[in-house]
Amino acid sequence: MNALALYGRYVATSLRAQAQYPTATLMLTAGHCAATAIEILCVFALFHRFGSVGGWTFGEAAVFYALVNIMFSLADMLSRGFEVFGTDFVRTGAFDRVLLRPRAAALQLAGYEVRLSRLGRLLQAAVVLVFATSLVPIAWDASTIAIAVWAVAGGVALFMGILVLQATLAFWTVDSLEIMNVLTYGGVQAAQYPLNIYAAWFRQVLTFGLPLACVAYYPVLAILKRPDPLGAPDWLLPLAPIAGFAFLALSFVAWRAGMARYTSTGS
Amino acid sequence: MAAARPYLAAFRARCQLMLQYRAAALAGFATQLWWGAIRILVFAAFYGVNAAAAPISLADAVTYVWLGQALLALQPWIADPEIGLAVRTGGVGYDRLRPLDAYGYWYARSVGWMLARALPRAVLMVLAAGIVLPLVGLGDWAWRPPSGVTAALLFVPAFALMTMLGAAVLMLANIIVAASLNERGVNAVLTPLVIVFSGSLLPLDFYPDALRPFLHVQPLAGLVDIPFRIYFADLKGAAALQGLALQAGWTVVLIGLGRLAMERMMRRLEMQGG
Repeated sequence: MNALALYGRYVATSLRAQAQYPTATLMLTAGHCAATAIEILCVFALFHRFGSVGGWTFGEAAVFYALVNIMFSLADMLSRGFEVFGTDFVRTGAFDRVLLRPRAAALQLAGYEVRLSRLGRLLQAAVVLVFATSLVPIAWDASTIAIAVWAVAGGVALFMGILVLQATLAFWTVDSLEIMNVLTYGGVQAAQYPLNIYAAWFRQVLTFGLPLACVAYYPVLAILKRPDPLGAPDWLLPLAPIAGFAFLALSFVAWRAGMARYTSTGS
Repeated sequence: MAAARPYLAAFRARCQLMLQYRAAALAGFATQLWWGAIRILVFAAFYGVNAAAAPISLADAVTYVWLGQALLALQPWIADPEIGLAVRTGGVGYDRLRPLDAYGYWYARSVGWMLARALPRAVLMVLAAGIVLPLVGLGDWAWRPPSGVTAALLFVPAFALMTMLGAAVLMLANIIVAASLNERGVNAVLTPLVIVFSGSLLPLDFYPDALRPFLHVQPLAGLVDIPFRIYFADLKGAAALQGLALQAGWTVVLIGLGRLAMERMMRRLEMQGG
């Protein structure tokens, strides 16, 4: 069985398991939807009170919000194995069993669990996106849709990269650290507003350190057909999401280094 | 005093247990620090264009954010996980056998649970946002001391009442968990309600003006919005006293409701586990 077919098998098993408890899955999804949707209230209230900021209206800001949340929800849904890697695999010694199997550890972790409840965030973000489209004129033609899909793919890669890094850290710290939430949830929080409203140092962190701007801010500018108020050239905007894939690749380099120094905690 | 002893013991035991997890507290603290920083960056951006539209000054908004981050664990976001566990495993049977007022016992434990999680983080937050930030020259972004002696004195009862009100809300959630055996459902409703209506997400005055009459009198305002505004003297004089009265009133009402609900629940409670 090749890697892709095996991954498909993992996903199917995970989905079947959740389908055994349809009510619980639906309730968890609804709960996740409500808990994450309140952030748009905050965005709305701020724009309602202060008017436009950095040249953006609420409708345009909502496009940033929607795309970032869509990216994160997909990555969050697909990377559960990496998220709980420290607690459930390293600390318990269960990772030894993973290593014994003649398959890449990363593949097994990626297929560990596909959590449907995380689609709750996707759901609310999709509603916001539809709503935003009615507020601002977005021409959803083939090229904008392509940019949006490409940006989401880059964003999913970026957030997965963060979760892989979080897992990698567990090779040293043994447990999963809540501190990485700073990058995941904190990243979503920061990137759901347009980048140019922030102070310069923070913009640089979000572009060159953790390239959230490359998967959210720049491609959304291209979707809204707006030039970058900060002066990035137009041709760069749709190319930027590639940074997400680069980040994921670097994360896997770190992951390999971590794997090489892994010593079991099991007895 | 002797009558209060078992409740104090329950409170102290829970505090000591919670204080064992220092690494978790530190990691949580770093997360909150970053979280607060992002909120402040967003506020700064909006204040930068149109500060006149804001109901409070930027310095007060910054203080509001740090206070909120420091006292995050006082918010009744999730039902006490031990209560759900006790009901599922049948451990609640022991609670029924104690010669104590069941509501008072759970209430004291809940207060202990909340304060033990909140206070260490609050101390660290004072150090980081109140002392270190001004020392490194970021005084504009620091957590400021209360605006004057009166505000500080008024914040003492406001803080006590926000804790008591929080525990009263938490107790209602605990009772629903015990009756329905379903923690996740209760938390899924409770968390967003508390975050929005307490003023954790945004100070309540930032929401559209038309909503103010409602937002200012609903019970959850006493959890964050009222005590924090007393802290930086946005509510002063009669308005501050009115705020305290609202907190106290809702605390009494919710404790009364909780007692009624607990009595009904306990009568119909079926023991789980073996």
